[in-house]
Amino acid sequence: MSTPEHRIKRGVSLYSFQEEYFLRTLTLEDCIRVAGDIGARGIEIIPEQSIPGYPQLTDEFVETWFAWMDKYGTTPVATDLFLDTKLYPDRRLTLDEQVASVHRDIDIAVRLGAKVIRAIINTPPEVMEGAAPYAEEQGVRLLLEVHAPFHYEHPWILDHLEVMHRTQSPALGLMPDMGTFVEQFPRVVSDRALRDGARPELVDYIVKTYDDHGDTHALMDIMNYRHGGPVEIGLARQATHYIWTDPRSMLPHMPLIGHIQAKFYEMTEEGTEYSIPYDRIVPVLVEGGFDGYLSSEYEGNRHVQDAFPVDSVEQVRRQHAMFARLLGEQKDPVLPTPRTLGAGPGTGPHTTGTGSH
Amino acid sequence: MFDQYIVCEEGFRARSDGRTGGVVEVRMPYYRGLTLSMVEAVDLTLDGQPVPTERTTFTVHGNSYTFAELPTVTDDRWEMGERAELAFETDQPLAAGEHDVAVSVRLRISYMPVPGGGRDRKRLLLAA
Repeated sequence: MSTPEHRIKRGVSLYSFQEEYFLRTLTLEDCIRVAGDIGARGIEIIPEQSIPGYPQLTDEFVETWFAWMDKYGTTPVATDLFLDTKLYPDRRLTLDEQVASVHRDIDIAVRLGAKVIRAIINTPPEVMEGAAPYAEEQGVRLLLEVHAPFHYEHPWILDHLEVMHRTQSPALGLMPDMGTFVEQFPRVVSDRALRDGARPELVDYIVKTYDDHGDTHALMDIMNYRHGGPVEIGLARQATHYIWTDPRSMLPHMPLIGHIQAKFYEMTEEGTEYSIPYDRIVPVLVEGGFDGYLSSEYEGNRHVQDAFPVDSVEQVRRQHAMFARLLGEQKDPVLPTPRTLGAGPGTGPHTTGTGSH
Repeated sequence: MFDQYIVCEEGFRARSDGRTGGVVEVRMPYYRGLTLSMVEAVDLTLDGQPVPTERTTFTVHGNSYTFAELPTVTDDRWEMGERAELAFETDQPLAAGEHDVAVSVRLRISYMPVPGGGRDRKRLLLAA
């Protein structure tokens, strides 16, 4: 079966290597090198994660950054911004301060050569509108991440769409996170809960409710009624934070979609994502004429790190082997190599954590 | 997400500034660096006894702060994975040998409706 013609490119968010970068087993340069090796040639970077001294970037750093791009055959594609509205303990940022924060991150994206900026989901529509003229002037796009549990019918997203359609700013758009297409509960998450002592029958209840695409709204209450503790309640909360929607829900918004965060939790040894049906997502992107980057976002490390060695590079490699196949690339430059992580028992949620991305 | 890495296994030591107490190296359980004004607490419990915040100081890349100062520090950051030094004073010198070290980090993350952060507890060896 041949894949229709398309202009979809492959990339990786360095978020994917957070475990190794955190533990200093991979440097920033290493992350870029392995991205090039894997064939994930479009680089997405979180400056606040990977660039010590942010928001100051030295000329020396910028020079080194572009030298790495040349050396490893990669291209800067996207930066991810945060909006610290709670910077001060006693008040929230004003609208002007929020717009100024976005402007600062636009300047950083420009210096790094990225044309796309991920606006974090908490960015208010009025801040997007306020920052759009500067983004336009600087030739970059501010793309609101559509991150679970949000979806294309959600009032928060509709308010953003209203701004995008009313202003018709070419600088504004959307960045779908594939975590909105979690069809099956990630087993790395439920397995972790079991290792953390969750009662198996309550874990089964949560997983089954999710997998049946049942009503997850009251799951935390039910865990409480069933005498679950923090681990079960945390797992239930997790179940309300994943969502499944039909990937075709992206189609009406294709003109606004400039980049895809290809979230994943577990690439199995068979070369598929356990929870997210990329074999049905990629054809939708092809059909919609998407011409940006599929940018890997591995988020499984936190669910397996307690019991298994984390190998984010292998996980990203497997995802790209799958992408190459689904995109109909002639030669598969990234054959997966058998390793330990993929089919291993999974794991559970860190409910006290610091959010997902 | 990085709770299990908060307390560093290496670097636990007695203070070298003549005061009694010690230094434990700690990492932030978060996937990016954070401006220090959003680090709300790095609470230490040593051998089961909470150490009062006013007896601790926090050092990132050579810059030291009290926890009373941190809420106002908007021009310095705790970088991702950076080993910060949490120095603490005790009444008596620390005994050589194993100590139970528990650290709880509370972060103000703008996109989260509840506090972020995490906790970790390890047994650390203080060399004689």
